[in-house]
This record gives sequence, structure tokens and C-alpha cells, in this order.
Amino acid sequence: MSSSEGETERDAQVPLFARPEWADVVPIPQDDGPNPVVPIAYKDDFRETMDYFRAVFKANELSHRSLALTSLAITLNSGNYTIWQFRRRILEAIDSDMHFELEFTEQIAKTNSKNYQLWHHRRWVAEKLGPEATEGELKFTRKIFCTDAKNYHAWSHRQWVLQNLGGWKGELDYCQKLLDEDIFNNSAWNQRYFVVTKSPLLGGLIAMRDSEVAYAVESIKSFPENESPWRYLRGLYKDDIVSWVNDPRVASVCLDVLEAKKNCVFALTTLLDLLCLGYNPSQELIDAVSGMGLPDTNPTRPDCGLAELICSILGQEDPMRTNYWTWRKSQLT
Amino acid sequence: MDSSTSVTVTQKEQMMVEQRVFQIYSLFADLPPNSQSFMLEIQRDSHIDYLTNGLRGLGSSFCVLDANRPWLCYWILHSLALLEESIDEELENNAIDFLSRCEDPNGGYGGGPGQMPHLATTYAAINSLISLGGHSSLSSINRDSVYSFLRQMKQPNGGFRMHDGGEVDVRACYTAISVASILNILDERLVEHVGDFILSCQTHEGGIAGEPGSEAHGGYTYCGIATMILINEVRRLDVAALLDWVVFRQGIECGFQGRVNKLVDGCYSFWQGGVSALLQRSYPIISGLVASESEEYSDADSTLSATSDIPECEHAAIGGSSLQGDNEACHNNPEGTRDSSAPTNLNDVGHNFLEWKASMGPPFNPMALQQYILLCSQLQEGGFRDKPGKSRDFYHTCYCLSGLSACQYSWSGDLGSQPAPQAILGPYSNLLEPIHPLYNIVLKKYHEARDFFSST
Repeated sequence: MSSSEGETERDAQVPLFARPEWADVVPIPQDDGPNPVVPIAYKDDFRETMDYFRAVFKANELSHRSLALTSLAITLNSGNYTIWQFRRRILEAIDSDMHFELEFTEQIAKTNSKNYQLWHHRRWVAEKLGPEATEGELKFTRKIFCTDAKNYHAWSHRQWVLQNLGGWKGELDYCQKLLDEDIFNNSAWNQRYFVVTKSPLLGGLIAMRDSEVAYAVESIKSFPENESPWRYLRGLYKDDIVSWVNDPRVASVCLDVLEAKKNCVFALTTLLDLLCLGYNPSQELIDAVSGMGLPDTNPTRPDCGLAELICSILGQEDPMRTNYWTWRKSQLT
Repeated sequence: MDSSTSVTVTQKEQMMVEQRVFQIYSLFADLPPNSQSFMLEIQRDSHIDYLTNGLRGLGSSFCVLDANRPWLCYWILHSLALLEESIDEELENNAIDFLSRCEDPNGGYGGGPGQMPHLATTYAAINSLISLGGHSSLSSINRDSVYSFLRQMKQPNGGFRMHDGGEVDVRACYTAISVASILNILDERLVEHVGDFILSCQTHEGGIAGEPGSEAHGGYTYCGIATMILINEVRRLDVAALLDWVVFRQGIECGFQGRVNKLVDGCYSFWQGGVSALLQRSYPIISGLVASESEEYSDADSTLSATSDIPECEHAAIGGSSLQGDNEACHNNPEGTRDSSAPTNLNDVGHNFLEWKASMGPPFNPMALQQYILLCSQLQEGGFRDKPGKSRDFYHTCYCLSGLSACQYSWSGDLGSQPAPQAILGPYSNLLEPIHPLYNIVLKKYHEARDFFSST
């Protein structure tokens, strides 16, 4: 199998019709009709490769040479899901070596790491290989993250690997590493959440919550303008919002940020959410907010509550979301 | 942690984009009024040429989209429909013929003639045919075989596979349900557990991911919420969290990003802008927040009179006027109150949605978004792009125009009614056709299809 793959690449210059191993196949042209729309001016090699693919596809030929042909065709257009699916059928029929598939997909990923078909195929291969593929898959996705630490497909794949094949051991550390490199990497924060909630090696969300809150709070203090840790912090209390409201560290970090007097938007929104959920603000917090000095908008009723005041302040501090803050204010009972 | 040390990759990339964007806004602000007006115009003729030429022929570099040709049709035909441009009969017939060659004998449409059927290309083909409209186009759709294909793709976990042996994700749910709904073939079997699957994809951030556990993402969030609305289960989502997540996706550049801390991209004008539009129209009903008739919306308090001044773009000299609320949208509409106990025919949900008159204004900033689309995404020579520095393409053209339409109608209580001039950035001639936000099809074409598929 590998030799026919090699042959295909070495003979890349020789058109298929001139290759003896393809002499018995009649290529099938595309049935675009007489006047197609969005017709593509295919280059000769593309057209020919696809004509031969159509022939083996129609004939349902599950052979080594058709496998080589799919390699060629995929290299020309890695988005052709029909070819990838046919390739899988061939691989199963000829009981092929899945390790070569890992190499093949890695080659494709070099030029096209954001392609659905590639990742789906990789997942299929990994599933076939089972737990022995774990380390390789974690390594492969790590490699992708070196050039693009937020590749969505790669992260989904990594999560699938962890859940289906294992390999959780170093994952929290890996998230930490990525966050040390770029604390604004929301994909890493999302992965952290995934690990903390799903890893069988950690105690689960409730057991991990305390230390994770501490981590999020520290991160917020360093970069209060970073949206990720704020959402992460809130997320730690998903399905237990009362505990979020009652955790003194939440209001406390808001106060810290407000007192530092810059990058206050998330502190204010968090405070607003707390108040809407029944939080009883300390005098310190009230003073910190009032101390922001309500800018020259129309003052609302003289006895306006803290929440309403925050909405007004946000209308000024976060003007892109003026409509939202006005609506939030209108929703206050 | 020392925050004055070197910037991270995220920060660096963000700064670079901001620089380019603000340079554009700054140059714009320095232009004389006439030139400013020109910059804000939709370059209809250029776009129409770009689109029509694409329909007629594409260069060899498009071979990477050889499995996406119905998408190319939809992106182009929908864009033309938004611009209210009809195409000549010959081209129309060619399109109908071509799409029928993409159809699989057992149902569904593939990426090109002879390719396996795929949910996304099925969605694109059907939306294309509906955007074309007319008897020939609509009657070319074989609903029985489409239904059969959808059933084959249905998975036990509630989701759908994109194609035989393909991936399962929220996109697949949306493309399947959207197609079924608009063709009037939606049923309990297709809908079963879809809500459970999508619910499992709403993340701790509030947005929706492609698969359970993945990151909240604009494209999937649109797919998720549109599907939930179509199957009448939007109440099951944490809508407050979703709304909060999506409004924060609009950044200082005035456009939308797809995920937290990622870069602005013109296509999210629709994915995220569309989410906002959907929430705006369904939120009050979902959370029982529909205002009673006795509430008065005075100018000072009304959400709808909130100014939409372009913030932070200190050099931009546009959009200074405050937007007075559209009176029609101000008053609570009793039709906005839905009796949740009344049985709903699944196939009517998409249509009934149009009657849910918005009782809140847009939660995002439509003027700012229009500014990003027109000044940063639009190309004078035709087409739209992701962001300055990127090339134009048909995908971005489609979704920038769709997003633009969503903005223009964001203050309209009734989607079918003409927006007030203040809702439109640039000349009133910028007005595009309204869309049905659940399918992203021009409203007129939607109604035609609805009538056609209800009666046949």
C-alpha cells in the first residue's frame, strides 16, 4: 500500500491516462450539464483526477490503486467529503494500516488545518486504533496549537480523544501552560473548564471549585479587561447560581477592580448580575460604585437603587452595549 | 503576574486589527461630507457584477470549493435577492438545472453532480431554489426524497450526521430542521431529542458550541438558537446567559467576533447579529417578560429610544442622531403573548415567528455594525470581506449583506414593514430586502415558498 502511495507522488507529473496501471479504467466526466452555474475552470490535473475518481467510485472499486487515487484527489481538494468517505470504505475493505492514515492526515493538516473532513477522518482513524492512539492524538493537536492555539476543530478533537480514549493526566497542566503563554486564550479557558468538570482524575467541579475560583480571581486581578476569567468564574457556578452570589470572593474581586479605577466593565456587569440575583452589597461596594461619579446623563429617580445606577454607568463606560444596558435597566423590578 | 510584560498573541493580533480598522474610521472622519456619503453607499452595481460573474464562471482556484457548489449558488443568489436584483431567465434556468444535477436519486443534494448528499449542501441548494422562486424552481424540489435523506441522517442522540459516515454537530441540526421546516415536512421523528442535543451544547459561557464541551461560537450559536425556535423549545435554553454572551461579541471595532477574545469578522455580522435579532423577537415571550398593556414607554425610559451613537470610534462622524423608537414597536402587541398550552403545528412555527412582534429594541448596536460592514468589509470594486487585509469572497458577501439587512430591520416591530430612515446607515437607498431570520432567506421568497409548500 505504501509503495503505491509513493508511486503516485513520484509520478505526479505523469497524467493518469498515461499510466499503465490505469489503462483499464475509463474516466467519467462530470455531469455538469450544458450550461452549469458556478462552473469552475478546473486545471487539467484536477479534472482528470476527478474523472478517474468518478470511475472507481461508480464501479465501487475498493483497491490499493483507488486508495492512492483518493490521496491524490484529497490533496487537490481536501473538502471533498465524498472522497474521504470512499477512502474510509476502501481502508476497511483492504484492512489497511491506520498508522499510515495518521501520517496522511498530518500532511493534509499542514496546508489545511481548518477543514472538517480532515478532522472527522482523524477521529475515525483514532477510534479504529483505540487507546494506543491517545498519546499520538494529544501530540498531534499540541502541534497544531503551536501555530494556532485556538483551532476549533483541533480542540474538539482533543476533547473527543480525552473522553473516548483517555489521556487526562497532563491536561490541566497543559491548560495552565497555554494560559501562561496567553492568558487571553479563551479556548484554553474552555478546555480548563472541560478538564475541571469532566476529568475522572480530578474530583469534579464541586471539589475543584475552590481552587479554580482562586485561579480565576488572580487572573482577573492581573487583567480585569480579560473577559475569559470572568465568564469562567461564573461558569464554575453553573447550575448553582446561589453559591455564586454567596461566594464572597466574587463581589470582592469586583470591588478590587472598581477601586483600581480602570477596566471596570466586567466588574460592573458582574455586580449588576449579583444584585439582580438578590446580592446584598456592602457599603464599600456602594461607595466604590457611587464614587465612579455618575456622568451627565439624566438622573433617574432620586431613590434609584444601586443596580439602576450601575446600568447608567455602564451606558457610559460600555457605550457599544447602550441598548443592552438600557434594556437591563428596564427589566429591574 | 506582571501585566506590563510582553503582549500575548491574542493582544498583538487584536492590536493589529484595531489599528487597521481605526485607520479606516479616522480617514473616513477626515473626508468631506460628500465623500463620506459615497463611502457609506452600498455599491450595488459592483456587487451585482461580482456576484453575477461568479454565477457564470469561477477560476481554477475555486477547485477547493468543488464540493460546495450549492453553497456558491446560495451565497450568490441570496446576495442578489437581498440587493433586489433578479437574474435573467436563462441563468435562472441554468441554476435550477444545475442544482437538480446535484441531487442524489435517493434524496438530498451533494456538493456537485455525482457527489454524496450532504446536509449543508442540501440546505444551500434548497435555499438557493427558494431564493430564485417561481414555479419551476420550487417544483424541482423533491420533498419526499429530501425527507427520506433527513431521516437517514437522524441520530439516536437527537443530532444529525452531515452525510453518510459524516460528523454530528449543531450545524447538522440546523440545516436539517431548517430545510424540513421550510418544506413543510417537519415532524416529531425529526425533532425528537434535537432539543436535548442542542441544550447539551450550550456552554458555561452562555453561547452554543458545535459539540458538547467545545467553545461557545457564533456560527453554532446561530444554528442552535434558530433550531430551538423552529422546534418550539427555545425556552429550554438559558436565554439570559445567551443574550449576555452574544451582546459582548460586538467589540470596539464595531463588528462582531465569533468567540471571546478572537478577532472581528464580517461574517459574524449575520451569525451573531442574527442571534441578537432572534433573541430580540423571542426573549420577552420566553421569559414571560412581555410587558402588560398598561406599561407606557416614555421617551426617557423606552428601550427603543436608546441612542445608537457609535462609541469609541472617536474619529467617526456618523450616526450622531438618536433613534426615536418606532411607535409600532413601542406598544406591546397582544399577539406577542403566546398561549404556550395551545398545540402548535411544528411546520407553522417558522411562520408564526414572524408574528411575534419585537417588544424590545435590538440589544446590540446596529448602527455600529453597519459602519463596520460598509467601511471595513465592503469593497468598492464589489464584494465584501472578513476584515481589512483579507480578500473578498462570496461567503462573506452573503453574510455581510445578510447582517446588514438584519441591522436595517432591527428596529422594525414587524419584519415586513419599511424601516425608519434613522435605522439605515448611509442613504436610504442602502435599504436591502428583509430576511426571515430563521432561514436567512429574503422574506418575499420565504412567503412564496411557504404558500407553495403549504398547498402542495
